[in-house]
Amino acid sequence: MRGVVVIHAERCKGCALCVEFCPTDVLALSSSFTTKGYHPPEIVRPEACSGCDLCGMYCPDFAIYGYRV
Amino acid sequence: MSVENPAERYLRSDRMPHIWCPGCGIGTTVNCFTRAIDESGIPMDRLAVVSGIGCTGRVAGYMHVDSFHTTHGRAIPFATGLKLAAPDMKVVVYSGDGDLFAIGGNHFIHAARRNLDMTVICVNNLTYGMTGGQLTPTTPEEAIASTSPYGNFEHPFNLPYLAESCGAVYVARWTTYHVTQMKKAMKEALLKKGFSFVEVISPCPTLYGRRNRLGDSLDEMKTYKTRSVIKNGADTKEVDLGMTGSIVVGKFVDRERATYQDAMEAFYSRKLGNRYVRASQ
Repeated sequence: MRGVVVIHAERCKGCALCVEFCPTDVLALSSSFTTKGYHPPEIVRPEACSGCDLCGMYCPDFAIYGYRV
Repeated sequence: MSVENPAERYLRSDRMPHIWCPGCGIGTTVNCFTRAIDESGIPMDRLAVVSGIGCTGRVAGYMHVDSFHTTHGRAIPFATGLKLAAPDMKVVVYSGDGDLFAIGGNHFIHAARRNLDMTVICVNNLTYGMTGGQLTPTTPEEAIASTSPYGNFEHPFNLPYLAESCGAVYVARWTTYHVTQMKKAMKEALLKKGFSFVEVISPCPTLYGRRNRLGDSLDEMKTYKTRSVIKNGADTKEVDLGMTGSIVVGKFVDRERATYQDAMEAFYSRKLGNRYVRASQ
């Protein structure tokens, strides 16, 4: 495992930018709801994460970030 | 080992979640800005963020540095006063296209003319988001706005050309799709001495995107990806924005010119000699 991605689901507004632009397809939109009714992302391929933090830079809501280990 | 969100130390976390709509590009620009501050090495207590009014005007309220939420269009005059009174501060004006170029247009051209040592970051979402999607001076021709229901017939501003012709020493344009390049441009602008200008084209899915049938934020970002053409050093006369056609992005201008304070000190030292008392002493 080269990287870790951390999701702060309660800040998420479900825009799915992180899911679309993740270069290694680590994320997918979850079917669960946040308290505000949005679908946050979930980690489906944790082993593929490179910790590039692109999701962190794309996120408009400061709800996700990645780091290298 | 857990690592904190790199944006977190620059944010007023108690104000989160913020008021921006789902998919709004302003948050993305702030994310890149926090990372640019980190990489530039500017200490937090030496940085001031000044915003005007509007959706992007909220940035000052969310940044955990010295921040100033000023009256409409007057972010640059407040920043000018701040810079002249505290010359060792790094002053960043962070505002939207309407605030900087419609209400505050005159201030922008004069700050660039004087080459004041500040960074201006303009989040250009092509509309007035906070007040209901009216026409701004940057709305492309043919675009639908709440005040132009049949489309816009006015010729919009070409912001990089405006900045360059007024005398800015650093001019770059990116879209919210180009996050790493935007971060690098913001870092270079922060470290550049003189008037540096970064324009970031940003989606407004709620008002501009919806009226013009551009889809949601994700669709607009994919459009940026396909329409953008990177041309570093391009002639800014040719980087007009339209509803269709290419979005020319890149670093257009990087030049040297005496800043306002340097020019003032050199001029008065020459004219007055020993009688001149320097502001920095």
